[in-house]
Amino acid sequence: MNSFSYHRAAHPVEAVKDVNNQSDAKFVAGGTNLFDLMKLNIEKPSHLTDINRLDLGKIEVLPNNGLRLGALVTNAATAWNKDVEENYPLLSQAILAGASPQLRNMATNGGNTLQRTRCYYFYDLATPCNKREPGTGCSAINGFNRIHAILGTSETCIATHPSDMCVALMALDAKVNVTGVNGERTIDFADFHRLPGDTPHLDNHLEHGDLITSIDLPADHFKTNVAYLKLRDRQSYAFALVSVAAALKMEGNVIQDVSVALGGVAHKPWRDRQAEEQLKGQSATAAGFREFAETVLSGARGFGHNTFKIELAKRAIVRALTMALKNESTILSDLSKA
Amino acid sequence: MKTNYTGQPANRVDGSLKVTGTAKYAAEFEAEGLLFGYIINSTIAKGKIKEIDISQAMQVAGVVQIFTHENVSGLAWFNKSYKDMDSPPGDPFRPLYDHKIRYSMQPIGLVVATTFEVARFAASLIKVTYKEEKLVTNLQDNLHRSKKAPMGKVGYVQPKSRGDAESVFAKAEYKIEGEYVHAAEHHNPLEMFATTAIWEEDGKVTLYDKTQGVSNVQLYISNIFGLSLKNVRVVSPFVGGGFGSGLRPQYQVFMATLAALELRRPVRVVMTRQQMFSFGHRPGTVQRVAMSADENGKLTSIQHEAYGETSQFEDYTEIVVNWSGTMYNCENVKLKYELVKLDVATPTDMRAPGAVTSAHAFESAIDEIAYAVKIDPLEFRKINYAEDDQVEGKPYSSKELRACYDQGAAKFGWSGRSIEPRSMREGNQLIGWGMANGAWDALQMPAKAQAVLSLDGKLTVSSGTSEIGTGTYTIMTQIAAETLGMDINDVTFKLGDTLMPMAPLQGGSWTAASVGSAVKAVCEEVKAKLFKLASKTKHSPLSGAAPKELTMAEGHIFLISDPGSRLSIIEVMRLTETDSIIESGMSGPDPAAKTTHSFNSHAAVFAEVKVDEDLGTVIVTRVVCAVAAGKILNPKTAGSQILGSVVWGISKALEEETVMDNNFGRFMNHNLGEYHVAVNKDINDIDIIFVEEHDDLVNPLGIKGVGEIGIIAVAPAIANAVFHATGVRVRDLPITMDKVLQLAEEDKNQVRV
Ligand SMILES: Cc1cc2nc3c(=O)[nH]c(=O)nc-3n(C[C@H](O)[C@H](O)[C@H](O)COP(=O)(O)OP(=O)(O)OC[C@H]3O[C@@H](n4cnc5c(N)ncnc54)[C@H](O)[C@@H]3O)c2cc1C
Ligand code: SF4
Repeated sequence: MNSFSYHRAAHPVEAVKDVNNQSDAKFVAGGTNLFDLMKLNIEKPSHLTDINRLDLGKIEVLPNNGLRLGALVTNAATAWNKDVEENYPLLSQAILAGASPQLRNMATNGGNTLQRTRCYYFYDLATPCNKREPGTGCSAINGFNRIHAILGTSETCIATHPSDMCVALMALDAKVNVTGVNGERTIDFADFHRLPGDTPHLDNHLEHGDLITSIDLPADHFKTNVAYLKLRDRQSYAFALVSVAAALKMEGNVIQDVSVALGGVAHKPWRDRQAEEQLKGQSATAAGFREFAETVLSGARGFGHNTFKIELAKRAIVRALTMALKNESTILSDLSKA
Repeated sequence: MKTNYTGQPANRVDGSLKVTGTAKYAAEFEAEGLLFGYIINSTIAKGKIKEIDISQAMQVAGVVQIFTHENVSGLAWFNKSYKDMDSPPGDPFRPLYDHKIRYSMQPIGLVVATTFEVARFAASLIKVTYKEEKLVTNLQDNLHRSKKAPMGKVGYVQPKSRGDAESVFAKAEYKIEGEYVHAAEHHNPLEMFATTAIWEEDGKVTLYDKTQGVSNVQLYISNIFGLSLKNVRVVSPFVGGGFGSGLRPQYQVFMATLAALELRRPVRVVMTRQQMFSFGHRPGTVQRVAMSADENGKLTSIQHEAYGETSQFEDYTEIVVNWSGTMYNCENVKLKYELVKLDVATPTDMRAPGAVTSAHAFESAIDEIAYAVKIDPLEFRKINYAEDDQVEGKPYSSKELRACYDQGAAKFGWSGRSIEPRSMREGNQLIGWGMANGAWDALQMPAKAQAVLSLDGKLTVSSGTSEIGTGTYTIMTQIAAETLGMDINDVTFKLGDTLMPMAPLQGGSWTAASVGSAVKAVCEEVKAKLFKLASKTKHSPLSGAAPKELTMAEGHIFLISDPGSRLSIIEVMRLTETDSIIESGMSGPDPAAKTTHSFNSHAAVFAEVKVDEDLGTVIVTRVVCAVAAGKILNPKTAGSQILGSVVWGISKALEEETVMDNNFGRFMNHNLGEYHVAVNKDINDIDIIFVEEHDDLVNPLGIKGVGEIGIIAVAPAIANAVFHATGVRVRDLPITMDKVLQLAEEDKNQVRV
């Protein structure tokens, strides 16, 4: 780990300024991702701005009845928050499907959205990686790519965004509130993360010094008929091979509204709004769900070890939608051992 | 007071030391002026180091020295000096010896600094340039390069074929064949390898080391650095898990010793978790099994070949296929075991080495052949049950495997199983029941122990064995206390120091039998001495008593015929003016018994799985493991061994695999986030049964060891359950959802006849 200077910020604007002062300064929140990367010499900030004392640790109901999640609220506190549990159970389920209780107690909502990929090669300085060192090449494309992306990939990078929480935020049409050098702005979650394109080193659309202050959830949005399905190599404490956040709004057996986001398959949580449009107004059937899944995955491409994800993702979508329809959750029923 | 301790579920005598953090591990010994080492590993798998530029790193404040092959000299020249007690045939790897790179993550340097963090930072500034060479790490693509496994590793025996399996197989009506694969696995004990090396003025060095054998480390270090044995003391009172990874000295002990001797300062070297993937592992293995049976379910032929990976410089061998010749009655058996040399680190024994590998293929194949003749797999095993060791032609000293079958099956409810695959389901969860059995050697090695009984009636017994978490401290204390009829609180057992009497490496499940027998022997001598003294006491109830008239219990010596006539141990010593009794003793296997009998422990494992029909995910919902391992000294610590084994078996069946990138020749998932081992949520009901097994022949204690037998049959039992659930055979471990789905897809497309 490199030496770095450290400053504990007292106010968001001060924090933004502090990071902006140095080109390689970084915010630190829970540190569960950043410190690991620093110890491995993957991230080498010369300065850390500690944001943990900022007043961003609350969950509040907005005037429009939406919910604002402070950037510094921990993943655990968010998942177990009464308003979130009652009105956004999909988010609770997704968060609790991630990491371990210890990590969720440290990890913050802001940090979670900015966690970096789990690509093996990104983590190993011995191997080339365009995300870590642009221009060196992508070791995964012709290497071991079982955990890699099948959608929205580019020739330069096939990494996935590993978050569970973000998959639910994508499905729930969240917005990210940011304070930067030029003031405050709000970014739709759908426009928050990037696809790799030819800039795989960039994970999202934040500028240097942009501070996430909170994440907003719209009012009255998919309170029932939701399911988060996470498929992984062990029952807990493993990243998703494929995950699905599915939400339905039903009237009888007719689908009024639907939102489906996929995790573990792309450089960002994946959503296909056109396909969703087609599903609206239809009655809920397994065949209809499968057809929807086929559409969502129509552009998918496998790289060998991960090709199974294409069919798996389709099946996972069908299953998650079926669970949502029946209001079933695999996660919450079994939390005693999560 | 109760002094009948063996067989009782005594609590761990070191339990409170461990939970209060008082038990000291290798990296926790302090010394004044302690320096810290950080190891540098190669980033390529094969080639030569052209240059190691340490100039920038040497500038870092706090860096004391950087050792590389370029500046290390004075090491032993001969290959044989680098051999240790567990070396396979070949030329052992010599750290920092030359510029050759033999495998990825090979240690190539050590930065020594005033703190670990400084050393780690400085290490990141070192620039290494290599000349790379073409590498080979893909086992499956290189089977054509295999060679017969040589003799030479302790315990390795060539497999013996019999009869004419090939022609019987060719003509057989009922037959199966299949190829089974598992990738490399790394031990990953919780404690990282660590050494604190203390240099002393008189040229001596004391090494606090994580090891499964202090004597082995002592021998290794003294040979390499040209030190006399008495100048190398190795101490290892606690080991945070070993599983075989600590049988051979690991390179951190070399590094720490080198730095301590060169710098004449105490040095600590601790590996990182990533570096725990940079040495021996369970070798990836490809196995082919073919079998035939007659219509009554009698096995008519067995063919089993195994191809294990090894390094370019050593031929690591394990006993894989040999087991297939002993497990069942069969006249025609063809066995073959070969090695494929790859650019990897030399594999190392891992819990039940060879047997775990073998059982996965062989016991799955037994299931397949049982299905071919449409006989219940448990019934099939009973039909072919081997009373005697089929290879040696000798009876077993004891073999209560049938009791394991019966009690395990009863507990599991096996009789309620319908043989048809896909016959049980809950919604979209297919349910499957599978079983398998396994065997392991019940070995005893020569071991020494010393006992000191002091005037205050306290007994200290010591032996240079190790405690890898198995409960060695506890059972040795139990044996000593029981032999001398003393309160367990008056007995202390010490281990893990080369100043103590020598014990074998802690492996092979032989520690309880070997060290336990030595402890018993030495305590018997103390007892004999006490009886002699008691009889010499004047005007006491025991004056003149013959040894055979005496016995001990509750801290007293008394007349068998009149328990009221008694003296306490302290009284006997006082009355005879004895300050202390010191006895040294040794125990070893009975060579005569070996010529007449074979010694094995056995286990039968029953497993239930739920497989999601659409998604391919597998959950193990229940496991029953019935074990026949002679007398169980302590059901609590023994139970933990079996529990841990079953958990590991589940992990192995469904999750564990170190993934090799064959372009780089490098293991890529070298951390515990991506190298998956079972977590709490993966583990459901586990039942353990120890069946009664009486054995007078195996050793004086009648015990067989329980460290390894529990894991052997778990993976095949689960694989067989997955077949029962789904109707498809996943022959590659781990059984992940992608494999289940792919095979299910292929199966669907096959026309069934
Ligand atoms: C072993 C392991 C397993 C895990 N498994 C899962 C899993 O299954 N699912 C899952 O979703 N996650 C998983 N995680 C990831 C975990 O959720 C993230 O590490 C965590 O959410 C990061 O939050 P943090 O507050 O610790 O971020 P930090 O590590 O503090 O920061 C991460 C990044 O975000 C930046 N940052 C933090 N806060 C802000 C802010 N307010 N504004 C701007 N920038 C900010 C930092 O500069 C840094 O670059 C796992 C992590 C580990 C170590
Ligand atoms: S997939 Fe992306 S992160 Fe992984 S090696 Fe390629 S460029 Fe790097």
